[in-house]
Amino acid sequence: MTAEPASIIGASVERLEDRPLVTGRGRFAGDVSFVHQLHMRIVRSAYAHARLKAVATEAARALPGVVAVWTADDIADLSPIDFREGPNEKLAPFRQPVLAREYVRYAGEPVAAVFATDPYIAEDAADLVTIEADELDAVIDASIPASEFTAGLTTEPTVCRQGYGDVAAAFREAANVIDMDLSVGRHSGVPLETRGAIGHYDAARDVLELHGAAKVPHKNREAMARMFGRSTAGVHLYEGHVGGGFGVRGEIYPEDILVLVAAMRLGRPVKWLEDRREHMIAANHSRQQRHRIRAAVDAQGRLIGIDDAFFHDQGAYIRTHGTRVADTACGILPGPYRLPHYRVDAHFRLTNKTPAATYRSPGRYETNFVRERLMDAIALKLGLSRIEVRRRNLVSPEEMPYERPLVALGDEVVLDSGDYEGLLNKALERCEWDRLEREAAERRKAGEYVGLGLAMYVEKSGLGPIDGARVNVHTNGDVEVITGGASVGQGFETVIAQVCAETLGTDYRRIRVVHGRTDRIEYGIGAHATRATVMTANATAVAAGKVRAKALDMAAQLLQTEPSKLTIRDGRVVNSDGSDSAGMPLGDLAHHLRPLSSTRGEREPGLAAEGWFTTSHMTYPYGVQVALVKIDPGTGGVHIEKMLIAFDIGRAINPMLVRGQLVGGFAQGLGGALFEEFQYDERGQPLSVTFADYLMPTAHEVPEVDVLIAEDAASTTNPLGIKGAGEGGIAAVGAVIASAVDDALGGKGLITQIPITPQALKAIIDGQKS
Amino acid sequence: MKPASFSYHAPTSVDEAVALLAEFGPQDGRVLAGGQSLVPTMAFRMARPPHLIDINGIAELAALTVSAGVITIGACVRHAAFDSDILPGRTGDLLRKVVQNIAHYPIRTRGTFCGSVANADPASEWCCVTAALDGIVVLRSQRGVRRVPAAEFYQGVMATAVEEDELVVAAELPMLADDTRTGFVEFSRRKGDFAIAMALVTYRLENGAMIEPSVAIGGAESHPRRLREAEDVLRGQKPGGAVFAAAAEAAAAAIDPMADFNNTAAYRRGLVRTLTQRALESAE
Ligand SMILES: Cc1cc2nc3c(=O)[nH]c(=O)nc-3n(C[C@H](O)[C@H](O)[C@H](O)COP(=O)(O)OP(=O)(O)OC[C@H]3O[C@@H](n4cnc5c(N)ncnc54)[C@H](O)[C@@H]3O)c2cc1C
Repeated sequence: MTAEPASIIGASVERLEDRPLVTGRGRFAGDVSFVHQLHMRIVRSAYAHARLKAVATEAARALPGVVAVWTADDIADLSPIDFREGPNEKLAPFRQPVLAREYVRYAGEPVAAVFATDPYIAEDAADLVTIEADELDAVIDASIPASEFTAGLTTEPTVCRQGYGDVAAAFREAANVIDMDLSVGRHSGVPLETRGAIGHYDAARDVLELHGAAKVPHKNREAMARMFGRSTAGVHLYEGHVGGGFGVRGEIYPEDILVLVAAMRLGRPVKWLEDRREHMIAANHSRQQRHRIRAAVDAQGRLIGIDDAFFHDQGAYIRTHGTRVADTACGILPGPYRLPHYRVDAHFRLTNKTPAATYRSPGRYETNFVRERLMDAIALKLGLSRIEVRRRNLVSPEEMPYERPLVALGDEVVLDSGDYEGLLNKALERCEWDRLEREAAERRKAGEYVGLGLAMYVEKSGLGPIDGARVNVHTNGDVEVITGGASVGQGFETVIAQVCAETLGTDYRRIRVVHGRTDRIEYGIGAHATRATVMTANATAVAAGKVRAKALDMAAQLLQTEPSKLTIRDGRVVNSDGSDSAGMPLGDLAHHLRPLSSTRGEREPGLAAEGWFTTSHMTYPYGVQVALVKIDPGTGGVHIEKMLIAFDIGRAINPMLVRGQLVGGFAQGLGGALFEEFQYDERGQPLSVTFADYLMPTAHEVPEVDVLIAEDAASTTNPLGIKGAGEGGIAAVGAVIASAVDDALGGKGLITQIPITPQALKAIIDGQKS
Repeated sequence: MKPASFSYHAPTSVDEAVALLAEFGPQDGRVLAGGQSLVPTMAFRMARPPHLIDINGIAELAALTVSAGVITIGACVRHAAFDSDILPGRTGDLLRKVVQNIAHYPIRTRGTFCGSVANADPASEWCCVTAALDGIVVLRSQRGVRRVPAAEFYQGVMATAVEEDELVVAAELPMLADDTRTGFVEFSRRKGDFAIAMALVTYRLENGAMIEPSVAIGGAESHPRRLREAEDVLRGQKPGGAVFAAAAEAAAAAIDPMADFNNTAAYRRGLVRTLTQRALESAE
């Protein structure tokens, strides 16, 4: 490819997707309506655990405007909701039924569905449905001994195990052993837009449509087609604007299945919008784990081995992800450090709480907290600085690619590239660590509770194995890129347009990016696991490269020259040496390539091409986070005085968007560190069902974040050299805030769980004083 | 999150409003003021009033007046009225200081002072203000007018002296003397949340010693109230760290704190100690 004067890759250009969003003309699930549609309301269990005796629906059915009320018996032919990666015999008994039958296992579980002509009537009718049940004891702690799930099955469906080396020997030879009990609270993605699903059966085309789809439309289409026994050609998913995804939106939930089945059986479109309270008890929770972890360390503070047993609180059922979060946690826990011996047992436990799955940086937010607490504890035990102990353990650039006999997201862990110590140095310099540390110590001496924290981590991104895209130049010169990617608001359209523009030599604003529609492209990976940019952008570059070649070839014939003497600038094919100023617009070339064109010759019709990108491994960006905090000893409140995120993503396509991802992620991470928690009482009743009890950080609580984007270690797994940025902001926030708060308390390893509450801090401080 | 159905009434005079209340109050009909507490509970269907009596169209309730040393806050005066400096004197300064802690600005443009008083959330700042300043709540029904002192008005968590046919038409606060010092501090996990505890103090100085001290605590107990025990510590003393600490200690000892899932009684007691001391230290 000829180097163009100003590369658009790397430019912080404005987002293409903002106009409808900032002018209030976007299309979210709530904006989608069909004539004659019905509205669905779900009747949810008030019990955390009970044996169902009867569900009385007569009164609800009798209400004018109610068209149907379904319980499990009405959809007895539907299987429980399946796993995304296909059938799994061992886990199958623990899947969630679309509507509860026989047992209810969490407060909020769907028991009945009401379909009515308007949403008010649907809600009135739902109130009239009564559930008769015998309440059973609720399991709310995943770390107590497993109990019975149902006859012959326990609440521990599986133990995920990974590891290598000889852990027993590691502990025998260790000079020091560090032992910790660390917990991460239950919290999750709480997007501004709650879930929504509109089912529409188009009898004229025999197509079943789901509107309000997000994240993984193509995969969900396959799973739904399987559940309904339909061909994938007769099921289509449509993604509109998505007001935040974060992992929880776009999974297949009972409500998605219900609107589709009802649309077919009732013969009318069916709309469902989740309300906030429902979101808090029905959409996937995440994060809750308790780790009992031990580290074997040599006399210099080098890790010899880690032995971890953790309890993963999955909630009531195993949802579409199967055991993915626990597996990822096992595979990613060692982070950026050399670890000769390793053993981890993840006790995958069911409790009587809302089922859990992925939330932005799943398995890493948790294990970064655990591992970095451990590293701080090693430093404390050996009397080393927290920086030094990390330096002694970091994998070095010379060791890259660094293979670990571990698996994360079904992919062998091969750290592709990175200079971890280099980024550490940059981060320390940027925040003036030595000065901050000195000042914090002085202020502590003067009686303030000020602390400095640091966390290092390796992220993962670009889960493969393959993605494709189609690039099509229209005769007016506009370009369409048709992808199977999805947009959850992250700026997908803009970055894909930038990559296409770079290759094609055209203005990125003339490029439309299609995503989230199964009717426009046969395959797609959607947007999850920080893969959209890595996978779809590389596929787009391949497709755009082919279109470019075709354009040059066509132009060369028309201009009677060689393609190698041509290039594309501003959407025109011109001589690379600059000798011809006018050039041929891409639109004209598209015209020459029409099926009926006489100049097309033997070429395939259309200035269009499909491109595929395949990768064998994920790519691993990495980061360093630094926080300076101050605790108010009188209240236990925490104030963040300074925050730095240094993150190496190989190559930033749009630094402004990368920044946005990192800062936005940080805000969410702060929620898990200090504020957000789905709490339950001892009977399993959810206590955090509104924004008054589930505390999301607001603009007041989120500090200014200094962002250092590094591009020192390009990915070796893809031609563009990019690594994903979607989860790098959030991944280590629990870790870094815990480290800083602990330091403020004197660096004694007192912080062993997140979220850290003012009440807990005040108790510690009052205890220290007396 | 759709409310259950209800009948909507929009009276344009207090007479009309109390007539409606006489009829519908006994059937759990409710007054709709700013709606910032009532409407969310209706959306959750925790409240299902069959009748709503919307007082927002009653012009005579919109007045905020000062006369003869008394500030009269009509039932339709919004929180946001106190964000600006329309109220003179030390009471005006205090209300301006306090209002910043009530929710967020958009909510303050709807929610009303008297709605907060009628709603009587334990952590309502206005309830704490009326308690600290010995305000008076003016109630009207077809049976007549009642003027209830704050100390008798608040009776428990969201429980007040208001009868089902009564409308809170106004709250009255005294104009504090120009040399009054006031301090207000609260703690909540996020800005704008209902406080876990708050302290409001006022006092004047005579020959360097504190007189007419008022120490009111909100959020920590079922309703805000003045704590004589703490006031007794201050009265007649010179302001200073040691006496403030002793008063804070007395306040902490005098209360019977509520406990909830996230805040133990011990934590609330500790907060009251901290906040009382800080309110005293920051009083100006
Ligand atoms: C996100 C959020 C945060 C908040 N934070 C705070 C906070 O920090 N501090 C705080 O104090 N408040 C807070 N609030 C509540 C807010 O201040 C409300 O405005 C206030 O509690 C009630 O006032 P209102 O005018 O909105 O009353 P409404 O909601 O209309 O009514 C509340 C209740 O009082 C009754 N009522 C209202 N007016 C009268 C009257 N004149 N006579 C008889 N009965 C009446 C109603 O019938 C109803 O039962 C918050 C609200 C929200 C939504």
